[in-house]
Amino acid sequence: MPAIGRSVRRLEDRRLLTGRGKYAADFRLPGLLHGAVLRSPHAHARLGEIRSKAALALPGVVAVVTFDDLGDVGRIPTRLGHQAGNVVCLQRPLASEKVRYVGEPVAFVVAESRYLAEDALDVMEVDYEPLPAVADARRSVEAGTPVLHDAVGGNVATTLHTRKGDATAAMAAAHVRVRERLAVQRHTGIPMETRGLTAAFDAGTGMLRLWGVAKIPHFNRRVLADLLGHPEHLIQFTELEVGGGFGVRGEFYPEDFLVPWSAKRLGRPVQWIEDRREHLMAANHSRQQYHDVEIGFDRDGRIVALVDHFMVDLGGYIRTHGVVVPELTAALLPGPYRIPHYTAEARCVLTNKTPTGTYRGPGRYEGTFVRERLMDIAARKLGVDPLELRRRNFITPDEMPYDVGGGALAQRTVYDCGDYASALDKALAALDYESARREQAEARRQGRSIGIGVGFLVEKAGLGPWEYARVEIDATGHVVVYSGVASVGQGIETTLAQVCADELNVSPEKITVVHGDSARVPFGVGGFASRGASVALPAALEAARKVRAKIFRVASTLLEAAADDLVLDDGAVHVRGVPDRRVTFRELARAAVPGPPDMEPGLYAAHFFEAPMMTYPYGCHAAVVEVDVATGTVKILKYAIAYDIGKAINPMIVEGQLVGALAQGIGGALLEELVYDEQGQLLTTTFMEYLVPTVMEMPESTEVRILEETPTPLNPLGVKGAGEGGSSGCGAAVANAVADALAPLGVSITALPLSPDRLSALIRAAGDSR
Amino acid sequence: MIERTVRVTVNGRRVEKTVEVRKTLADFLRDDLDLTGTHLGCEHGVCGACTVIVDGAAVRSCLLFAAQMDGHEIETVEGLANGETLDPLQEAFREHHGLQCGFCTPGFLMTLTCLLRECPNPSDAQVREAISGNLCRCTGYRNIVTAALTAARSRAASARP
Amino acid sequence: MKPPRFDYLIPRSLDEALGVLAQHGEDAKVLAGGQSLVPLLNFRLVRPAHLLDLNDVAGLAGIRVDDGHLTIGAMTRQRAVETSALVRERCPLLAEAMPQIGHVQIRNRGTIGGSLAHADPAAELPAVVAALDGELVLRSARGERVLTPDRYFVAYLTTAAEPDELLVEVRVPVTPPRTGVAFLEVSRRHGDFALVGVAATVTVDEAGVCTAGALALTGVGPTPVVARDAVRTLVGARPTPAAFEEVGRRVVAGLRPDGDLHASSEYRAQLARVLSARALARAAERAAAGAERAKSDRR
Repeated sequence: MPAIGRSVRRLEDRRLLTGRGKYAADFRLPGLLHGAVLRSPHAHARLGEIRSKAALALPGVVAVVTFDDLGDVGRIPTRLGHQAGNVVCLQRPLASEKVRYVGEPVAFVVAESRYLAEDALDVMEVDYEPLPAVADARRSVEAGTPVLHDAVGGNVATTLHTRKGDATAAMAAAHVRVRERLAVQRHTGIPMETRGLTAAFDAGTGMLRLWGVAKIPHFNRRVLADLLGHPEHLIQFTELEVGGGFGVRGEFYPEDFLVPWSAKRLGRPVQWIEDRREHLMAANHSRQQYHDVEIGFDRDGRIVALVDHFMVDLGGYIRTHGVVVPELTAALLPGPYRIPHYTAEARCVLTNKTPTGTYRGPGRYEGTFVRERLMDIAARKLGVDPLELRRRNFITPDEMPYDVGGGALAQRTVYDCGDYASALDKALAALDYESARREQAEARRQGRSIGIGVGFLVEKAGLGPWEYARVEIDATGHVVVYSGVASVGQGIETTLAQVCADELNVSPEKITVVHGDSARVPFGVGGFASRGASVALPAALEAARKVRAKIFRVASTLLEAAADDLVLDDGAVHVRGVPDRRVTFRELARAAVPGPPDMEPGLYAAHFFEAPMMTYPYGCHAAVVEVDVATGTVKILKYAIAYDIGKAINPMIVEGQLVGALAQGIGGALLEELVYDEQGQLLTTTFMEYLVPTVMEMPESTEVRILEETPTPLNPLGVKGAGEGGSSGCGAAVANAVADALAPLGVSITALPLSPDRLSALIRAAGDSR
Repeated sequence: MIERTVRVTVNGRRVEKTVEVRKTLADFLRDDLDLTGTHLGCEHGVCGACTVIVDGAAVRSCLLFAAQMDGHEIETVEGLANGETLDPLQEAFREHHGLQCGFCTPGFLMTLTCLLRECPNPSDAQVREAISGNLCRCTGYRNIVTAALTAARSRAASARP
Repeated sequence: MKPPRFDYLIPRSLDEALGVLAQHGEDAKVLAGGQSLVPLLNFRLVRPAHLLDLNDVAGLAGIRVDDGHLTIGAMTRQRAVETSALVRERCPLLAEAMPQIGHVQIRNRGTIGGSLAHADPAAELPAVVAALDGELVLRSARGERVLTPDRYFVAYLTTAAEPDELLVEVRVPVTPPRTGVAFLEVSRRHGDFALVGVAATVTVDEAGVCTAGALALTGVGPTPVVARDAVRTLVGARPTPAAFEEVGRRVVAGLRPDGDLHASSEYRAQLARVLSARALARAAERAAAGAERAKSDRR
């Protein structure tokens, strides 16, 4: 039975279930020191003297590092979404002259234990001269507002433009125009494991080692090498278990410099484990956008133009993601609809708040909310059923590949394939839409407010430019896959093993997967952007194919048989029909060095899989909610997702990705928000204020349909990517369902999250205005 | 006192250690006993990742001090499996994909271990209620509930003569 | 997030504990279940010189009924109260409120006394004790005094206990027959501190006429708010939905709750009105059912 397409149990699980997985904080070295970061309590202030004397006098305190100690250190560069003009907004590892958000690192304390390091933080003295702060992007762009970075000459770091056709003219000629202001709140990934890192420097060899890296070890090694002025080959990055990524974890943050810098300077290993309060103010925030969007329709309800002016709140600095979130927002805002004329203008705005980056479905969660809410509002205005309006405007399969008109990540947005109408039908069937409508009508008669909503989304996946894999049969006959991808807890070890298992005809459980180690895997791009399945797996597949060919080559020499007559079976090769004439992988691996004269020695092979174009998975979320009008509380009664990923390598893992992402989507729709006061103080610094969904907030029932209707032509597996679509459509679907439930009251939903307080205010206001 | 010598039983093993009184039980397990399967996700008693069993009750080990544990019995995730044989609950988590990154998993396992002792045949609602104090950011919880219900059934089946 | 240094004291007897408080009360924090205190320590928001751990003090835990009162020792774990048949039978309001406190891991360790001493106005227990006209028993080396909830809960996170005094037990009257109870709350997530919570009781006579009622709210003031006057309007008549709604309106008339991150002042007031009416309705329904049961038992 082939491993591909089967819900193979995960290779990762045994160690994780027994407490043997080693996460960042579980790593130990003799003589380990512990760091703690002194963070700015001010949103905006001039930084004066930093006095460390009292801290250094405490027992067990080893060092206090401030900006002046770092010498001529550079700024942390962007990895994606680079804009030349934004370099002045990039962050340095420690604040100099000014602090620009609450939580900005000001000093790094190193002590014999974390307890002692925190004692030292307590007695640090810093002079701040507070400056007026701006915490709202909409105010940040006004004249006379405090400016964060003088070199920018204002608070708009960049404005991005997308243009297809002539939207102004088309809008003017439209039969019906619908314009709305829509907003998505600041929230973020919140992996259950906070960030953490250990570094050790061997002064003898000059080797600097880091443990606990994640997501993009090879890229970050280069960044560190440049910032430290340390040869890249003398830096080794090793991933440990990673307790969730979601876009946030693994980017290069200030602490990723401070920890190795200190280890090198002190000549002792240093560990820093972020605490939850720090995480909420230090790790990337995401999602905060304000859209002023207009859509125009012709007489038949066909979209003629879309014009969006939106603002993205970047926070106090530009981090490694540059302006990729606004880029992606604009690139995919049109979604599944045929829109002949499209304009987007994205203003990337600085505020005195934590800097931002990507979070699962970056730009799509926001854009899908905006577009799909707008479609429902428009449908009402047009007097057309919202589903019918969608069907009328879907791009059809025979229009593929379809050029949307914009682009992101240095490539045009060109949908590879898709049957959107089918995905909508599948989601509605999974929800049992017709009976949901009947139940809604019955509930209304009883005075209960039930609503139904959908959110259709087009995702992107499989970001290249390439991924590396090497497959090896070691001298004891074991199959090892080395991949340049990184784990963020998604089960990538298992799926890598699955694609190699079929090529080599061994069971996936017998394959060892190595990743996230710069010494053992020389090249790699990493684990993000739903790229594992569609870029890393094809690389492993091709490498395994090459090894398979070498196995036959060596075996045919040893067995003196033609390769066509050989059978590969469970770690050995035998001559067809003669099971006794066999050689094992162990024997083959040994014989392969140097092996037959015309073969590259060794029973291994590497492959770089190049992916110049992204693939675009798509799907539909559908929700049934009940609103308690008297208290403003929302309960999700039923949820359905239909999602086309071309091919599911491991359906169990795919479904896990979709349902897990859904929980985060629900968090964004109903609960999660990073709230600042007007002075730029972050009010949500604990899990008492920042509300991650529990099991009780999940829908009473969730139906998932994994569709394989349109395999992508862009890779040999036909696989797209499943990491993000479970989240991206959720804000839209829940908001549309709530709006549907409250439609009889005249309530309009234009912003997330749908907290009971906000909903109640809307319900009260609607009551007052009627 | 600022240090205290405590005698505790951890996963059936007796241990005697002198600890600083401000050290939490979680840090004691992780740093002094090298039982790093107990994870810290928030250190303020919300996320449940650090859940261990003390004297038969599931508790947050970030909200207890090691100094309080003298004479008490502690169970952690490392004590669940019997050698290489997974406990039925662990097995069910694997079978039903009840974990992804695995960071929160030990807390869920300890919470559910307690539940299944007190309530060997829980309803769906009881399982949800029991794990409502444990946060998971990867799974969306659905498979965790399924795993718990399956484990309960398989325990019941193996208990039958 | 590691706690600051402190001196740890773990007395074995109440006298020993009271002696410590007499000496160090001003600089000491009492550690009961620690479910509110230890987070504050971990955040270093409190920095006591001495931490007085009550967990080894004998005799502070237990549930008993005497003299028409249910008496619960301060160190009784919340989970023990939740699962107590005695509590369910003699004080159903308390039994109904217990599972709404935090999560099972919290209740396994958290204590009745700890919650009442912490005096968080969003917490369930202070409101329950206030609704039931309970008594809080304070002990010190100087002696004992018994306070009513309105005298005990002084302000936000503040009680009338002197630094040398320890809350040793709480008493609530055994619930009379033909009484229905309800504890309703709205929280952002299951198990979170309620935005607003309402504890209600309604007692009816054999004819179904309301003879007494009580209502106390969490989350709408610095201490639990008891709506005595508003509920009095129910007495003397068969309760109706309109009457409950009227009580709800009266409850909010005098309220100016503070707004915060999760709930504006207006929203809290709205919840107070809605939940008061709903809780009374549910309590009355249960009271009526109880009266019916009593009747049929007699037949």
